[in-house]
Amino acid sequence: MARIDTILQTTPIRNVWPKWNRLHWQTAPVAIFLFSLFVIPVIMLLGMSFLGDTALPSLTHYQRLIEVPLYGKVLVTTLKVAFYTTLLCVIGAYPVAYLLATSRRSTRNWLIILVLMPFWTSFLVRTFAWIVLLGRKGAVNQMLLAIGIIDVPLQLIYNFAGVMIGMTHALMPLATLTLLAVMENIDPNLSRAGATMGAKTGTRFWRIYFPLTMPGVASAALLVFITSLGFFITPALLGGPQDTMIVQLIIFQIREALNWQFAGAIGVLLVMTFMVIFYIYDQVFGLSLAGGGGTAENANKSSFIRKVAVSVGNVVIRALARLTDAMISMLCLIKPATHRAKTSSRGGLHVVCTLILAFLALPTLFVVPVSFTSEAFLTWPPRLFSLQWYDLVFDSPIWLAAAARSLVVATTTAALAMVIAMPCAFALARDQFAGKQALFGLVVAPMIVPNIFIAVGLFFLFSRIGITGTTFAVVLGHTVIVIPYVIVTILAVIKGYDRNLDYAAATMGASCTVTLRRVTFPLIRSGLIASFMFAFIISFDELTISLFVTGGRLTTLPKLMYEDALLSVSPRLAAVASLLLVLMSILIVISELTRRKGGYRAFDQ
Amino acid sequence: MNERKNKLAIRGLSKRYGAAVALDHVNLDMIDGEFLTMLGPSGSGKTTLLWSVAGLNNPDEGKIWIDGQEATHRPACGRDIGMVFQNYALFPHMTVAQNISFPLEMRKVPAMDRKTAIRQALAMVKLEHVAERYCNQLSGGQQQRIALARAFVANPSIVLMDEPLGALDKKLRDHLQFEIKRLHAELGMTVLYVTHDQEEAMVMSDRICLMNRGQIEQIGTPQELYFQPKTLFAADFLGESNLIAGTIVGEENDCLTLELPGIGTVRVRSGNTPVSGSDIVHFTRPESLSVLLDADLRDNRVRGQVKEVFVSGAITKLFVDVGGASALRVSQLTDYSRCVRKGDIVTIGWADNVGNVFSGKQREAA
Repeated sequence: MARIDTILQTTPIRNVWPKWNRLHWQTAPVAIFLFSLFVIPVIMLLGMSFLGDTALPSLTHYQRLIEVPLYGKVLVTTLKVAFYTTLLCVIGAYPVAYLLATSRRSTRNWLIILVLMPFWTSFLVRTFAWIVLLGRKGAVNQMLLAIGIIDVPLQLIYNFAGVMIGMTHALMPLATLTLLAVMENIDPNLSRAGATMGAKTGTRFWRIYFPLTMPGVASAALLVFITSLGFFITPALLGGPQDTMIVQLIIFQIREALNWQFAGAIGVLLVMTFMVIFYIYDQVFGLSLAGGGGTAENANKSSFIRKVAVSVGNVVIRALARLTDAMISMLCLIKPATHRAKTSSRGGLHVVCTLILAFLALPTLFVVPVSFTSEAFLTWPPRLFSLQWYDLVFDSPIWLAAAARSLVVATTTAALAMVIAMPCAFALARDQFAGKQALFGLVVAPMIVPNIFIAVGLFFLFSRIGITGTTFAVVLGHTVIVIPYVIVTILAVIKGYDRNLDYAAATMGASCTVTLRRVTFPLIRSGLIASFMFAFIISFDELTISLFVTGGRLTTLPKLMYEDALLSVSPRLAAVASLLLVLMSILIVISELTRRKGGYRAFDQ
Repeated sequence: MNERKNKLAIRGLSKRYGAAVALDHVNLDMIDGEFLTMLGPSGSGKTTLLWSVAGLNNPDEGKIWIDGQEATHRPACGRDIGMVFQNYALFPHMTVAQNISFPLEMRKVPAMDRKTAIRQALAMVKLEHVAERYCNQLSGGQQQRIALARAFVANPSIVLMDEPLGALDKKLRDHLQFEIKRLHAELGMTVLYVTHDQEEAMVMSDRICLMNRGQIEQIGTPQELYFQPKTLFAADFLGESNLIAGTIVGEENDCLTLELPGIGTVRVRSGNTPVSGSDIVHFTRPESLSVLLDADLRDNRVRGQVKEVFVSGAITKLFVDVGGASALRVSQLTDYSRCVRKGDIVTIGWADNVGNVFSGKQREAA
C-alpha cells in the first residue's frame, strides 16, 4: 500500500479524455426537464398548503384536517385498503412467482404473458370488466341465480369487497414480478443441500427457501402498499361512499371545492404517511433492498425494531416449519408412500396457480361479448348480436377526437421521452461520475411518487404559465411519468449489451460513429423499440395527469371513459373497452415479439 | 535477431484504476514476427497492458510505439491491429462471413478482394462450411476459430489475444494451442498473447513476459524462465520448486557453499543472481533431483525418509522428509521395476549447477 500512496502523491493524474464532458452534459436534458416539471411542481403543491385563504402563511388547513373527523377516517380507510391489498397481492403472487421461477424457460415466457396481461391492459378496461362481471346483473350473479345457490343478487361491488378485488387484480402482477426477480436468483441446490442434511419438505421451504425470498416479499409489499395509497380510479368506480380513499379527497378539493391549498394539505398528510412507512420499512428491512441494489444486505444494521422483527420472524418460521412437516407426515399416513412422489406436491401448486392466473387473465375478456349486445343496458348473458354500440362510438365526434388526441399525445410523449432519456441512460449505464446516484434517484422518482402529486403540481404550474388545457401540456405531463420507465428499460438493454463488441469493432478499425451504426445500434434496436412501445402504452392509458392538466377543455380517451363510467355504465363503454383491448394486445404482442426476436437475445440462448 | 525490425516498443507505461496500480512504469520491446506471452497471476496487469496496446484504455504515463510510430493515445480504430477477446466478441447480428468481412470493410478493401480474403481466412481455420451461419449456431471451439480468423484476416500489424482459450475445455485448448502456433508460423504474424496458464505460455511462446503487481518480473524464453528464474517470484510461479532458506558459509570462484537447516552443506555453481548478505533461499526443480543408487556420485547428497509417493502416470512425485521445515519434492519418470515405497530411507542427490540462490530478502517481496 505504501508504494501506491507514494505514486499517487508524486504523479498527477492525467486524463486524456475530453475535459469538456466531465459533467456529462448528455444527462442535462432529463435533469432539467424533471427538475422543472417534477420537482418544482411537487414542492409548489406541498408548499401551497401552508398558505391561508388570503395567501398569507397559515396553518388553518392543517387545523381543519385535524378537527374534522372525516379526514382521519378516510386516512384509516386508505391504510386499511392498502394493507389488505398488500396482503392479498403478496399471498397470491408468491405461488405464481415460485411456479415461474422453477419452470423451464419456454414455459416461463408464456406464463409471464398471462401475469402481465392485467398489467398491460388499460386500467379502465380492467375496472370496467369487473363491473360487467360482478354487477347486480353481472355474469357472476346471473350464474349463481341460474344454478339456484342464491335467490337475490349479491352485492359484490360498490363496497369494500369490490375495491379489494379490483386493486388486488391491478397490483398482483407488480408483486409477482418483484418476487420473481428475487426467486430467479436463488440457487435450487440450496434446498437440495438442506435435504442432504436431513431437513424435511416443510422445513426446507420455511427455513431455507422462504427466508431467502424475504427481500422479494419485503420489496413487493412496499411497492404494492405505496402504489395502493395513491389509488383512486378503482375505489371511485368499484367502491361505495364509505370506501373513499385519500386521493379522491384531493381530487374533490381541486375539481369541485376549488380549495387548492387544502388539497395541498391533504397531499402533505399523504407524504407524511409515506415517510412513516418508509421509516418502518427501512428499520426492518433496510431501504437498499427496494433500491434495486439487491445484494447489499443490512445484516449489520441493528435497530430495535429490526431485532424484534427478526426474532419474531424466526420463531414463526420455525413453528411453520414444524407444522408443515407434521401435516405432510400425516398426509403420508393417509396416502400410501409410493403415491407421494414429487408430482403430487407440484400438482397442488399447479391448481393454485391456475386459479390465480385465471383471476388475473380472464375477467378482462368479459367486456367483449357485452359490447355486442342488442339491448340498451348491460346484461348477462348479453343478447347478441348487434354492432349498434360500435356504430355509436364511430359516429361520435367526441370519441373520435379523444382517440385521435390520445394517439397524438402517446406518440409525441414516447418520442420526446426517448430523445431526452436515451443519452442519459447511456451515461448512467456506462460512466462513473459525481452525482450519478442522485441523478438516478431523480430519474426514477416519478415512478415512486404517486401520479396524483405530479398531476396536481403540474396543474398549478401550468395554470400559472397559462398552458393548461393544451395538448402540449398533456405531452409534458406524460413525459414526466414515462421517463422512469424509458430509462429503466433502456438501462436493462444497455447493461445486457456486451461492450467488448464495441471494443472489438474499434480494434478492427471502426470509428465511434461506424461502431454505433453498424454494431451497437442494430443490436439494441429491438430493445429501444420495445421501450418506445412501453412509453406509448403508458401514455395512451394515462388518466391522472390528463384529468388535471386538460383543465376540462380537452379530453383524452381514458379521461372520456372515466367520466362516462362515473355517469353510467353502458354497453357503449364496453365497445370502447373492447377496441382498446384489441389495440393494446396487438401492440403488446408486437413489442414482445420485437424484443424476443432481437438479435442479441438470440445470441445468449 | 537484429535484422528483424522492432514491432512494438513500450516505455515507462503506467496505469492506475483509482488507488490500485495496474501498470507500474513498464518497458517492453517486441520484434517483427515474435510470439510474446504476458503471463502472471490475476491482477498482475497483463490484460491492462494488452488493452493499452490495443488503444482500449488510456495509460496515465509512458509511451507506446507500433512499427516505429508513436501510438500512445491513438484511438484503437487507427492502430491497424487485430484482437481476439476472451469471450470472442463475435457480432451476433452478423453471419460468420460478415464478421470476418468487417475489418476488411473498415480498411476499405474492395468487395472482390474481400471475398477472396474471407475464403482464405476460413480455409486457414478449416471452417469454410460455416460462412453463412450466425455465430450463435457454432460451438465454442468454432467461435474461437472464427474470432481468430477475424483478427488476422486484414493482415494487421500486430495481433493481440486476451486469454482466447480461457473458456474452452482442456482437450480443445490443447488442440487450439497448436492451431494458433501453426497460424503464427504460416502467416508470420506478430502476436502479443495474454494468459494465466503457464503451460499454455510455455508451449506457445517465443518469449514469456512474467508480470507481477503491475511490473515485469522477468522476460525471456520459456527455458530461461523455467530453469534460470531471476527472482523468487518467478521461481515460485512457474512449475514446482524446492525453496529452502539458509545461509552462505563459503565462496570460491563461482561456487557457493551453503548451510541449509536439516540438509547440511550444499554447493551451488550458479552466479546469475547477485546475492547480498548471507541469508539466502536455495532453489531447485523437483526433476533436477533424483533418488541415488549407492554407486552414483553427485555434488550434493542428502538422506531422508519417503513421506508420500504419488504416481501421476509417466511421472512419480516423491515427498522426502530430510529433517528440514518442509519436505523435499522429487520428480522422476515412473520406473515400475525400481519403485520407491512410502517409508523407505533414500538418498537424494543433485548436481551443483542445477540449483540457484536468491537473496533472502526477496522472500518478503514475493
